[in-house]
Amino acid sequence: MSSNEILSELTNQEYRHGFVTDVESEVFRPGLDEEIVAAISAKKKEPQWLLDWRLKAYRHWLGMTEPKWAKVSYPPIDYQAIRYYAAPKSTKDGPQSLADVDPELLRTYEKLGVPLEERAILAGVAVDAVFDSVSVATTFRESLAKVGVIFCSFSEAVHQHPDLVKKYLGSVVPYTDNFFATLNSAVFSDGSFCFVPKGVRCPMELSTYFRINQADTGQFERTLIVAEEGASVSYLEGCTAPKRDTNQLHAAVVELVALDDAKIKYSTVQNWYPGDKDGKGGIYNFVTKRGKCAGKRSKISWTQVETGSSITWKYPSCILLGDDSVGEFYSVALANNYQQADTGTKMIHIGKNTRSTIVSKGISAGHGQNTYRGGVSIAKSAIGARNYSQCDSLLLGDKCGAHTFPYLDVKTSTAQIEHEASTSKIGEDQLFYCRQRGLTNEDAVSLIVNGFARRVIRELPMEFAVEATKLLGVSLEGSVG
Amino acid sequence: MNVTTTILEIRGLKARIAEDGTEILKGVDLTVNAGEVHAIMGPNGSGKSTLAHVLSGREGYEVTDGTVLYKGKDLLSMPPEMRAREGVFLSFQYPVEIPGVANTYFLRMALNAVRKHRGLPEVDAMDFLSLVEEKAALVEMEDALLSRNVNEGFSGGEKKRNEIFQMAVLDPTLAILDETDSGLDIDALRVVASGVNSLRSPERAMLLITHYQRLLNYITPDVIHVLSGGRIVRSGDKSLALLLEEKGYGWLEEEAAVGAGTAS
Ligand SMILES: Nc1ncnc2c1ncn2[C@@H]1O[C@H](COP(=O)(O)OP(=O)(O)OP(=O)(O)O)[C@@H](O)[C@H]1O
Ligand SMILES: [Mg+2]
Repeated sequence: MSSNEILSELTNQEYRHGFVTDVESEVFRPGLDEEIVAAISAKKKEPQWLLDWRLKAYRHWLGMTEPKWAKVSYPPIDYQAIRYYAAPKSTKDGPQSLADVDPELLRTYEKLGVPLEERAILAGVAVDAVFDSVSVATTFRESLAKVGVIFCSFSEAVHQHPDLVKKYLGSVVPYTDNFFATLNSAVFSDGSFCFVPKGVRCPMELSTYFRINQADTGQFERTLIVAEEGASVSYLEGCTAPKRDTNQLHAAVVELVALDDAKIKYSTVQNWYPGDKDGKGGIYNFVTKRGKCAGKRSKISWTQVETGSSITWKYPSCILLGDDSVGEFYSVALANNYQQADTGTKMIHIGKNTRSTIVSKGISAGHGQNTYRGGVSIAKSAIGARNYSQCDSLLLGDKCGAHTFPYLDVKTSTAQIEHEASTSKIGEDQLFYCRQRGLTNEDAVSLIVNGFARRVIRELPMEFAVEATKLLGVSLEGSVG
Repeated sequence: MNVTTTILEIRGLKARIAEDGTEILKGVDLTVNAGEVHAIMGPNGSGKSTLAHVLSGREGYEVTDGTVLYKGKDLLSMPPEMRAREGVFLSFQYPVEIPGVANTYFLRMALNAVRKHRGLPEVDAMDFLSLVEEKAALVEMEDALLSRNVNEGFSGGEKKRNEIFQMAVLDPTLAILDETDSGLDIDALRVVASGVNSLRSPERAMLLITHYQRLLNYITPDVIHVLSGGRIVRSGDKSLALLLEEKGYGWLEEEAAVGAGTAS
């Protein structure tokens, strides 16, 4: 598709993933207590140790309070009104192959642009699809298994690779970590698991598509990716949800572990339903993502394009433990209408000569509020550590806001820190220049915004860069002129 | 055959600044036919850029009186992008930077917008490449500038060259060049002028806004107009430019004041 078609298509759309799929679902009663936690665990036929872990998390959570430090506001969440489990009925016993997946579900993913049939799939991308609380299909599993890569749903991993799960679950984000991560630890229902053994470069992009379908349900998925010595993997997640006028909670946890010389690239295109133009409805996206560069010379790179959700609260971070390890964070966050985004990263330098790069591009339009919150902490042990941060904000209109909170904590004098920041407005002169060359106002906005975000977009795997480019345009539809 | 086609016909055009109501154009009359090049000269602040902006549809101005026909159509009722697609091109006095957007990517979008409007298919990648090469050679644009972001970090002269390059690719019917010569060194001026000359054609009309006789040594206009105080106060041939070079604008302004006095 040419850039022109992309741009003209995107400017004529509202939230295009807002349909509801009519599948028979099995849902739990609303509310949260030990019985529900145990029921989720039982549903998944989990071993005792995992149930115990969940219950510890649940009990810990009871004593916690919601964090209030982010620059977001929303009415109190009634955790007893949420359903913590919903699953399409037909996958009750787990689909054995794509043939067992409800055709309605397959059509859903097709509508989302995620064809699950292997022959039709984007060349070389393996997909795990999570629908409400369960994983419905994982493609390319066999060809991955040939090289030793495990890519499956979290629930399956619990049964088939219990030692790996037991070893790494909670090793980066402990169940006591924070209110939402702890809640997730108690009630997580599914997610993706990926293990790349020593010396293996994963031969294809791995990706997971998350979709919330059921009303009043929360989605609490958990992703765990482990790359052993010298292994490398690139993983992408995409997210959508139907339009509803109530808010829905999404509290996920992602843990990454990279051993010596391993590389993990984790990309997110987050397009949960953002609410309507008056701020009604939308997903509360309260997510904890953290990677541990446990090994020497390991590298973890986060790239995120956050266009959806009514509230985004997430800080994909890196613990740079191994000497010479590298952490990266590339982010585009867009807040239009009444969306609120409070996002950023934390780079924790512990090992010697560790390096981190932060590039954050915030776009605010309508009444949107966009906050960059980033921390760089350099321990005494992190001799020769370096960080480069760049935070740019782009404002469309004068009712939106951009805020930047960089935190810095440096305990060694050998560290090198560089920080750049800018705030700019889309200029009337830029728009006119584009229109004088024949572009519509909307195409012009989209072009300028994509130019602004390019440094980040180009970090995405090719196929998804196109999608992200479209999304930025769609999300800004009607925000200027 | 000797049929003249009128490209642009401005009648009694009055326009003011929307924000504060200051009247800038106070009754402009101008007819430009296909194949003609008209130069518009005039003192700073006389309204030359304002005229260019009103013709290309920039926001911030209100037309209070008069009409503008472009190829017989009402130009003022079209949004800016329609005017562009219909073949009106403005070479900006101050070209705008668009960070992160590659020059050729931008140009290709623009070209496709114009082509679509003309009922043509999108330009083929190879054809576009050779078109770009051909036109870049015309204004001696360096390759590096093509792949850089639109005007970002371009020198003043490079920006002006880029405007003429865009014009060459977009092939407009009416080109309005607002001080394309300012900020160019002698060599660049010659290159840009020869670029413009090579784009002169029987189908195209050009409006050259300039302060300097210098440019007119390279591009010979069919008519020269002097815009002063929001009106065209004098029109003539090349010799008018020489006269202005010698005597400045003062005498014309006085004449105009007298003329206006007798008329009312
Ligand atoms: N947006 C605006 N707000 C207020 N005044 C304006 C605006 N745009 C133009 N003007 C004024 O209108 C008058 C005409 O400006 P214009 O730019 O058309 O002059 P010009 O003939 O192009 O001058 P120059 O030779 O310096 O380029 C000037 O006095 C200018 O200050
Ligand atoms: Mg001017």
